[in-house]
This record gives sequence, C-alpha cells and structure tokens, in this order.
Amino acid sequence: MEEVELPPPPPTGAVIRTPASVIDVEEVQAPAPTPGDLNDQLLGTSVWSDQLIASAGIPIYDVQVISVGGGIGSFVLADHLRIAGMPTNAFMALSNIETPWQTYEYLTKVSQIPRPERLRSDSTGMPDNIWGFPSYALRESRREKTLAPLWSVLTEPVFTDYWTPRAGTAFEGMAREAARIGWHGMVTMGQVRMVRRREGGGYFTILTPPPGASPTKRIAYRSQFVHLAVGYPGLRFLSDLQAYRTAYGDIARVVNAYEPHEHVYDGLLQKPGRVLVRGGGIVASRVLQRLMEDRMHKGAQTQILHLFRTYIDGKNAQNGPSRRKGSMGFAYQGFNWPKGAWGGQLKDAIESAEGAERAEIYKKLGGTHTPRRKLWQQQMRRAAGEGWYHTFQGEVTDVRPGDGGVVTTIRQKNGSVHAIEADVIIDCTGLEADLAESRILADLLEHSGAGRNPMGRLDVERTFEVRGTRNGVGRLYASGAPTLGGYYAGVDSFLGLQYAALRITDDLAAQGIVKRIGVGRSMSQWWKWFRQKPI
Amino acid sequence: MTPTLSGRIQSRIFLALLIGVPWTILLTPFLPGIRIDGEGFVGFGPGMYPVTFTALGLMIVLGAVVWDPLYHGLQQFRWERDWPSMFALLTVINEAVLLWFVLSAVGVDGGGRAQMSTFVVHIATTWLLMWLFAVGPIRVVLLRYRFSGGRILRRW
Ligand SMILES: Cc1cc2nc3c(=O)[nH]c(=O)nc-3n(C[C@H](O)[C@H](O)[C@H](O)COP(=O)(O)OP(=O)(O)OC[C@H]3O[C@@H](n4cnc5c(N)ncnc54)[C@H](O)[C@@H]3O)c2cc1C
Repeated sequence: MEEVELPPPPPTGAVIRTPASVIDVEEVQAPAPTPGDLNDQLLGTSVWSDQLIASAGIPIYDVQVISVGGGIGSFVLADHLRIAGMPTNAFMALSNIETPWQTYEYLTKVSQIPRPERLRSDSTGMPDNIWGFPSYALRESRREKTLAPLWSVLTEPVFTDYWTPRAGTAFEGMAREAARIGWHGMVTMGQVRMVRRREGGGYFTILTPPPGASPTKRIAYRSQFVHLAVGYPGLRFLSDLQAYRTAYGDIARVVNAYEPHEHVYDGLLQKPGRVLVRGGGIVASRVLQRLMEDRMHKGAQTQILHLFRTYIDGKNAQNGPSRRKGSMGFAYQGFNWPKGAWGGQLKDAIESAEGAERAEIYKKLGGTHTPRRKLWQQQMRRAAGEGWYHTFQGEVTDVRPGDGGVVTTIRQKNGSVHAIEADVIIDCTGLEADLAESRILADLLEHSGAGRNPMGRLDVERTFEVRGTRNGVGRLYASGAPTLGGYYAGVDSFLGLQYAALRITDDLAAQGIVKRIGVGRSMSQWWKWFRQKPI
Repeated sequence: MTPTLSGRIQSRIFLALLIGVPWTILLTPFLPGIRIDGEGFVGFGPGMYPVTFTALGLMIVLGAVVWDPLYHGLQQFRWERDWPSMFALLTVINEAVLLWFVLSAVGVDGGGRAQMSTFVVHIATTWLLMWLFAVGPIRVVLLRYRFSGGRILRRW
C-alpha cells in the first residue's frame, strides 16, 4: 500500500540493472509495521513538519547540505564546497556505492572501456581537480615518460584525434582527491527514498539504511540544501529487442552493451559466429573494436554485421555555415556535444534560449555520433576489405528466432525488405529511461513542485536550482543526466558536473554559506592541491 | 579553446597586460640588434622601450580590430566551435607579419634602431608566454575562465 502514489513499475527487465541501480529494487514489505517507517500520512503529505516525522518514530539528523547519489556528481560538488571552505560535517552524501566512481566504472567496463582504455572527454574534464590544470595530458605525459599526450593536445583535433585520458587515470585521481578532502567521512550508505519540503524551510531526505545498520527502517536528514546527483534514471533496451526478450525469454542471444556480456566474446572465441551490432554511437564503436581485435589478434572467426538506422556517409547536421562530418555510417564528433557547448559560443546560445527555441538548438546539435579515431577507422576499413564486416541500414520491423539464431527483418530506405541472420545481437543504442522511472525523481515531480524542461527532463535554473522547489531559506539543486535540456548542454560529463558544481558553489557563496572562490582563494587552494595537502 | 569574439578581445588585452607588459619591461634592455645613429651594433639600452611598447600596443589594436573578428568568422565553419590551441599559437605568424609592416609604415621603429631581429625576438617570446599562460595556468587565477569563452569581465 505504501507505493500507491508511484507510477507503475516498468515491466520486468525493461530497465537495465546496474549493481547499484535503485530503479527496480523492490522495497521489502515487512509483514508487521517496522519501527520508524513511512506511514500513509507522510506519504500523502507533500510538506512535512518536524512533528509529523517524529510521530512516525523516524529519527532526524541535521546536516546543512545533503547530496543524494554519491557518484561523480556528488563528489565533484563536495570537492568544490570543501575548497570553498565548507567543513566536512556540513556536507553529507547519501549513496549506495562505496566509491564515487563505482557506477561509472561498472558502466564503462561492461561497455568495453577497461582502465587502460581511453574515455570520451577532454584533458581538462577532471573530477579530481576543479581547475583542470595541470591536465590529464600532463599527468599521463609525466607518468608514462612520453611527450605524446602533450603533442596531441597541442595539435588536436587538426593533426591528431582529440586526446582523451585513460579511464584509470581518472579513477586514480579521484581516489587521491577523495582522500585529500575527507570524502569517506562524508558518505552515509543507504537508499534514498524521497526528498520532501519541510514546513518552515529546508528539506527532509528519507534514507533507507542497509538492513541492520539502524534500529529504524528509515532515517530522516533535515537540511537547508539538497543536491540531487542520481545519474541515469535507467538505461533501456530498444523496444523491438525488449519485445523479443519478453516474447521468447531469450536473454543470451540479445544483449545490451550496458549489461555484462563477456559470454558473447568468449563464445565467439570458441566457435565462429555472426554478431549483429545495433547503433551508431560510441558504444557501437567500442564493441566493434573489441570484436575486431578478437578476430585480428585472438583468432576469432566472427562475421560482424552492423545495422544503422541512419547510415551517414558525409556531412550531416548543420549549424550556421558548419556541418558535422561523417563516414562509414557514423557521424563524427569529439565529445557528446560540440566542444563549444561547454564554454563558448554554443554555451552562450543555449544559455540565453528558452522553451521551444532551446529545444530547437538541442535538436540541431544533437544526434548519435562517435569520435573519429584513427584506430577505429583502420580497423573498420580492414575488416570491410577482408569481407568480415558488413553494414546495413534500415528500420527494424521484426525480430524473431531463426535457425540457431535470431532473424532481424529490416525495411531499407528503398522500401525493400531484408532479413539479417545472426547468432547474437548486441544493442549499443543506450537509450535513457524517463525521469519518472527513478523513484526519487518521480516523487519530486509529484510532491515538491519540480517540473520538466522542454526536453522532458528535470527543469533547473542557470544555477542548477530545481525550478519550483525553493522552500524558505532552503534550495534544492540537481546535476547530471536528469537535467539535460536546460541552460547547459554538457551536464552529463565530467566537465559539465564541474560546471554545475561551480554554479551551485557560487550560489551558496552568494547566500553566505561558503566563501566565494575568487582569485585569491583559487590560487591558494590550487597550491594546496598541487602539494596534495589535505583540506 | 572555445572563445567567443568578446572573449578573444578581452583575453588578448588581459594577457598583454598581465604577461606582455612585465615581460616587455624585462626583455627590452636585452633585445638584440640595437643600432644607435646608424653606427651599427653598439649595445643594449632602455631607449628601445617606446619601440617595444608600441609593438605590444599595436598587437592589441590590430588583433582586436582585424584579426579577432577574422578568426571568429573562421571559427563559424568549425562544427565544434572550438579554436585548437595550435591555431592560437601559430597565428603569431600572420599577426607578426602585418604588425611589422604597420610598424615600419608608421615609422615607429625607433628611428631605424630596431631591427627585424629585435622585433622577432620580442614578439615571438611575448606571444609564446601569453599562449603558455592561456592554455593552462590562467585557469588557476580565473577559475571560471574555461566556461566563459575567454571573457574576463563576467561573473557568469
Ligand atoms: C559508458 C559511459 C561512458 C561515459 N564516459 C564519459 C567520459 O568519457 N567522459 C565524461 O565526461 N563523461 C562520461 N560519461 C558521462 C558521465 O560523466 C558519467 O555517467 C558520470 O558517472 C555521471 O555522474 P553522476 O554523478 O551524474 O552519476 P553516477 O556516477 O552514476 O552516480 C549516481 C549514483 O547515484 C546513485 N543513486 C541513484 N538514486 C539513488 C537513491 N535513490 N539513493 C541512493 N543512491 C542513488 C546511483 O546508484 C549512482 O551510483 C559516461 C557515461 C557512460 C554511461
């Protein structure tokens, strides 16, 4: 009965689980009322009084800033606030992961970016350094005793591909910075159930601690500020593949790149097979790289079939006099938005546009693309030349089991129908689920005055305050993927998380909560960072 | 780098003041090729300050009036709307050539005391230092710089 106000849960398996995913974790319903649990009155009341919580037997703890999520977004905010002078006891992250990069590392690893491989963000998108200097390129140059990264950032993207750091470089840096700022003392484990406004100002955040960690089922945090950095509401399957999985119960032959699928690569090393890759983004590129390298270096005999919904061969999107390049099916772009969206002309354009006009800019700059990397180009050319890589374009009309495999029927551009037979399908499209699939966001939309932006995500101000949720002296902020579609496009990236954190820190400084990081503070704090002095 | 037009101009002025001016003060007495009264090389001297400062000043003016709008125009043809750091470094070549012609034309070559080498060493080193500062350390001084498209005078 507790879940009455929530939207219906997604059909089983429709959302891809990550180990820490909170989306489809069912709440255990105790047969008898447990002490300190939510009750109907709390669930049904949008603004809570201290009294209401106390009468439910839920203990209340006070912290000035609560950050929900504890991933990279929470970590980057903590880093900024600590540098702006916030003491450790004024900030608390509520999280279901042990280290801030845990969910991220999981997703990168399954989608074929182990630690030595390179990420998709530039040398200065650094969750461990608020200044982005000295950059990752300098760091890798020193450590690997080579000038290549520096040469690369100097000449990118003209003579070289955009340089990007190794995943491991980012994780190691975050570990060091976490120790420096005292991160581990600022995290409490558990699952956040909801955030509600408090009568008299501020918010209550309800945490469900791990079983046995607390005498009560829930704990309430009373705070003046709340920051939501909950990451993706969920990642979804393509609907036709989901329909196939549901109809035939076959989850071995149709996999998503964001779920563990090593068995596919292992199987292909054992015996020759046909793999159908779907999608034209970076995840497809990475999966192709894996399949091709297994064939080139490990003796796999895989036939790689690649289905694009839109096959791009040449210039594609247009913005003013410039166009995006493309070839071999893919559109090429360095990062998930054109670089100028993080801090230049495109940022200005998006920041000053409202409503439909803003949605229009997003549409113009958006789309599916992958970075142009020399290695990938060579591999695809060679594979196509040797006849074991084939591309197709079309709309999928049907997916069903066939002779020992899966048959995908497509309608091609010219109207003709074609069947593609494969032993395995890897879905590399990475669709994001709707906001409302995150319980905490759904609750926020329903009870706390939050709304959606022109792209259907969480509507935030330029300061990343969630519009409509201000409560007395309290403010509620959000960063990361749920806020896409706002005044800043690059929200779901390291640099975007840093930008959001800086805006939030400045907003808090304007209210006198922390010090503004001006020229003096910036330089003295950087010097501390440089010498790795704990703060 | 992802500059806007006003960011280019502001950065140019800021870097010239912060890096260019002190460097010019330090460097000028040591610049090569100072000839006094047509007698060939005589020695170093502070008499060259008007020459080097005119060069620095003109670099700002010509940059803001001629070059920055041109670069900005070219940048519109780049999908990413970025300006690779290499461009920012190499544009010293075209800028210096124009600068030399203008300096010679208006006759501020110190009455013939400044040689091409004086000018080249001054402009090349100044530019290199400004560039080095702009690709990294500036972010330590101005934390918001990387999000502001090169603008200095802007809170957000
Ligand atoms: C495969 C992949 C590659 C990427 N590569 C790059 C890249 O190269 N460069 C780049 O800049 N960006 C990249 N990104 C984008 C982005 O930087 C990362 O996704 C980053 O992890 C986002 O940080 P976040 O804090 O928003 O989310 P996360 O790091 O996912 O953290 C959010 C955390 O909140 C937890 N949470 C959610 N709800 C609750 C709740 N109710 N209670 C408790 N905990 C909760 C989640 O379990 C999760 O652990 C990539 C993304 C993906 C998926």
